[in-house]
Amino acid sequence: MPSLGADMEAGTVLAWHVAAGDRVARGQVVMLVDTDKAEIETEIWEDGVVVEILVPVGRKVPVGTPLLRLRGAGAAAEPPAAKPPAPPPPAAAPPPAPPPVRAPAPAPPPPLAASPHARRLARERGIDLAKVHGTGPHGAVLASDIEAAGPAATPPAAPPPPAAAREPESPLGPERLASMRSAIANAMARSKREIPHYYLEHDLDLSPAVAWLEAENTRRPVTERLVLGVLLLKATAVALARVPELNGHYVDGAFRPGAGIHVGVAIAVRGGGLLAPALLDADRKPIGQLMVELRDLVARARRARLRGAESNAATITVTSLGDLGVDKVFGVIQPPQVALVGFGAVRERPWAERGMLAVRPVVTATLAADHRVSDGMRGARLLTAIEKALAQPEAL
Amino acid sequence: MSAPTDAELRSILTEAIRSVAPEANVDALAPDAELREELEIDSIDVLNLAIALHEATGVDIPERDYAELATLARGAAYLRRRLAG
Repeated sequence: MPSLGADMEAGTVLAWHVAAGDRVARGQVVMLVDTDKAEIETEIWEDGVVVEILVPVGRKVPVGTPLLRLRGAGAAAEPPAAKPPAPPPPAAAPPPAPPPVRAPAPAPPPPLAASPHARRLARERGIDLAKVHGTGPHGAVLASDIEAAGPAATPPAAPPPPAAAREPESPLGPERLASMRSAIANAMARSKREIPHYYLEHDLDLSPAVAWLEAENTRRPVTERLVLGVLLLKATAVALARVPELNGHYVDGAFRPGAGIHVGVAIAVRGGGLLAPALLDADRKPIGQLMVELRDLVARARRARLRGAESNAATITVTSLGDLGVDKVFGVIQPPQVALVGFGAVRERPWAERGMLAVRPVVTATLAADHRVSDGMRGARLLTAIEKALAQPEAL
Repeated sequence: MSAPTDAELRSILTEAIRSVAPEANVDALAPDAELREELEIDSIDVLNLAIALHEATGVDIPERDYAELATLARGAAYLRRRLAG
């Protein structure tokens, strides 16, 4: 069982997408795991052939427990008769310790074998996904395929009650929110106990970014439009490339620089939850692609359904509370990360420049950083680098 | 789409809202309830709502018109105008 977040101690296998005999490739999603915070589509990080599934669906096991036995890619080439005397060592997803040397960019997971809705439906009805003929893209199983596959295991539902009395379709029940809350409590208490935070704030003139965004969005079809938030994320990622001391993890008394810039995005989950999955390699992706990924991430986080690579890879977190109208946010660092950048609301404010007073759209950027790893000077460099990046939005 | 009824417009809107806020009790929304406040939706949700409405109706809602989606009633009126035009 891989660690899918610094605060994860155990996980429940909700579904296996592979079976004994299946060939798997590095980066492939092989199972669905329930952590306390979310349901995670979890990848495998080795190539090979599945010999045996060791943990059945429904069982909760501690981080570090072997989940399946894998025959390595090399061994797989040998004739099947050449059975090793002893079973090969169990191999599974990454080791429990926070990944120090993650590959710069995990291979993109192959298309999901089933839509989340189809999975949920299949689980409710006790249908084995692997046995359903998928009609979606790349053979993906869709909810309609499940419906076609068989009737509900439970007797058909009674006619729906009148609309007013119907409960909303809620993928996040009270139990999920309670366990998410307790995971947040553990991580944040640990952060404040262990991390000596220091804080900086800096007001940024967003006129160039706002003007560029308006012009871009007039030109772009609705499906490709950008939000200001994605510019702030990209600017932060680009700035981090210049101040790498704030990008990474603090593990066992030492700072480990991130192998890439994976920006965790704090996403509120309605009802009182919070997730911060990562946009991988955010500094290197074109803004349009980042926007598509951000929309997808938000939609999945709201349903508490993430992928392994994005749930534990973040090397920094960005939180934006501007939509709620507050001016600034002094955040709590998510361990083992060493910094958190916050953005408040973009407001028109008086702005003095070169002896003139003007009214400009302004945002306050804040930084909370780990004083064990960096000092105020480094932190200041990050905020000014963000400012510079936002002054040239067309380059983002 | 030719002259959709009020019920059809409301259903298009509620389906789109459900897709961006799956846990919201959309059926209980009053026609003039402020969606931003009732559903705690942010700027990305608003964009996703515009995209969902575009997929359902073909109407490309420009950014300057997002305010027209503030409530179910205003959203339905806006869609009716756009579909008629």
